[in-house]
Amino acid sequence: MLTAAELSAVRADFPLLARTVRDGRPLVYLDTAATSQKPQCVLDAEQDFYERRNAAVHRGAHALAEEATEAYEAARAAVAGFVGVAPGELVWTKNATEAINLVAYAFSNATAGRGGDAARRFRLGPGDEVVVTEAEHHANLVPWQELCARTGATLRWLGLTDEGRLDLGTLDVIGERTRVVALTHASNVTGAISPVAEVVAAAHAVGALVVLDACQSVPHLPVDLHALDVDFAAFSGHKMLGPTGVGALYGRRELLEAMPPVLTGGSMVEVVTMTETTYAPPPQRFEAGTQMVAQTVGLRAAVEYLGELGMDAVAAHEAALAQRLLDGVAQVPGVRVLGPSTAEDRLATVAFAVDGVHPHDVGQLLDDAGVAVRVGHHCAQPLHRRLGVAASARASAGVYTSEADVDAFVEALGRVRTFFGAGAR
Amino acid sequence: MSMEQLYQQLILDHARERHGHGLRGDASGPGAGESFQVNPTCGDEVRLRVRLSDDGTRVADVSWEGVGCSISQASTSVLSDVVTGAGVADVESFAAAFDDLMHSRGAALDPATEERLGDAAAFAGVSKYPARVKCALLGWMALRDALIKASKGE
Repeated sequence: MLTAAELSAVRADFPLLARTVRDGRPLVYLDTAATSQKPQCVLDAEQDFYERRNAAVHRGAHALAEEATEAYEAARAAVAGFVGVAPGELVWTKNATEAINLVAYAFSNATAGRGGDAARRFRLGPGDEVVVTEAEHHANLVPWQELCARTGATLRWLGLTDEGRLDLGTLDVIGERTRVVALTHASNVTGAISPVAEVVAAAHAVGALVVLDACQSVPHLPVDLHALDVDFAAFSGHKMLGPTGVGALYGRRELLEAMPPVLTGGSMVEVVTMTETTYAPPPQRFEAGTQMVAQTVGLRAAVEYLGELGMDAVAAHEAALAQRLLDGVAQVPGVRVLGPSTAEDRLATVAFAVDGVHPHDVGQLLDDAGVAVRVGHHCAQPLHRRLGVAASARASAGVYTSEADVDAFVEALGRVRTFFGAGAR
Repeated sequence: MSMEQLYQQLILDHARERHGHGLRGDASGPGAGESFQVNPTCGDEVRLRVRLSDDGTRVADVSWEGVGCSISQASTSVLSDVVTGAGVADVESFAAAFDDLMHSRGAALDPATEERLGDAAAFAGVSKYPARVKCALLGWMALRDALIKASKGE
């Protein structure tokens, strides 16, 4: 838990939180699930890199190139350590979307024969199955649809309960034909935390690989990817107080070593002739072209910031906010939570539908009160369909969110149906 | 801008009443056209049908179905009032004027344009919110597409 003084110090670290919006209203930022705000130390780390150490990494032997490479690899070690894995198991990507696509295209390339015998386990074809869940963000659904379309494999999925939790009664979808199981660690809509252990056990029992979308968990919970025993995991820097343009793919070392490359070009090679090329070991094999070095340095500052607060404290702070959000929303007539109604195994991410008022209109009224929430389908159309709505509004908290933020949101939400005359109908 | 200025009473009323709502007539065939448009950011949808007069110069009927926010529903409702019975050329220039209004970023309307737009001028406030402009234009995009199909209908 963060004390009031600690929270106040945290908030002071985020310059943007001090600004006003829409005719001078204090900003109430409840869109952290979309992207988090950045503490000063992250901004400073990026600026310092550009001011003092900027150079291309893993090429060149001058002093700056050495320092930049060191900064880049030290960032990798810090971020890998933050999620409980070895530096050699962490590939830098642009974001989680790119990380998941990297895995899917590595399967494709293996299916086309690239990577040779070592990559045999990534070959897919008719009869093979890829399993996802109905809760997935489009970034952990569409790449698998596309992979199945390219390889002839079949896409199947685990279902959800009416509260948006993974329905373990559908776990038997995972069977002998299953080769990949891709699931989210925590839903970006319902906030529900998935029972990863059960899914991993079912997947590994049939020899399937597990790909975890950890975008929403890594910023908010202590996450140890080795302890979770997943085979791959993806997360984005910008959702965890870091810069945009940097994310990461975790892969078990033996899997990364066997995987054929996806993006090819400079700095991911060993020997190149006019006709063929041998590739660098991972993680460099998957980092073609000039990398987002300053952003990795910024992300390192972000995980160090979170590490100093302690992820247990961050999670406890946000658990209290989840409870306050749920209690607050429950007081407003005509508002239905899309997701678990209790704070157990859920994030402080609360999507909701307002009876008689479209989410866009809800968001507009909240915005007028300075409250920033997300409206729309949050890149999860099948999940919304499953929950019986086309779209929703979503309030999502972060480490810097205060009880006063939640209360301001609930107060503004209470005015929505009156304004649109929805209560009277 | 206040929310009362954005959501003028005319908009709230149209969002509730939805003139022209409920599809009628044929989706295709001579003088008929239909268009389906979505706003991918929020999942709003509109399916709109037009039927041209026998000589093809006037819009004889407009009907639509859709789900969406009050801005998109009201805008398509006003569209239905404006377009039904109007000449095709007038409809096209009206649609262009409404498009200009939506991209005006809140600039004041000149009196002539305001008069020309009539009820549709109530959407002026939407232009100050770039994320909402597509909501107001969704029905109009469907109309333009449906008119092209109707005029090509064999």
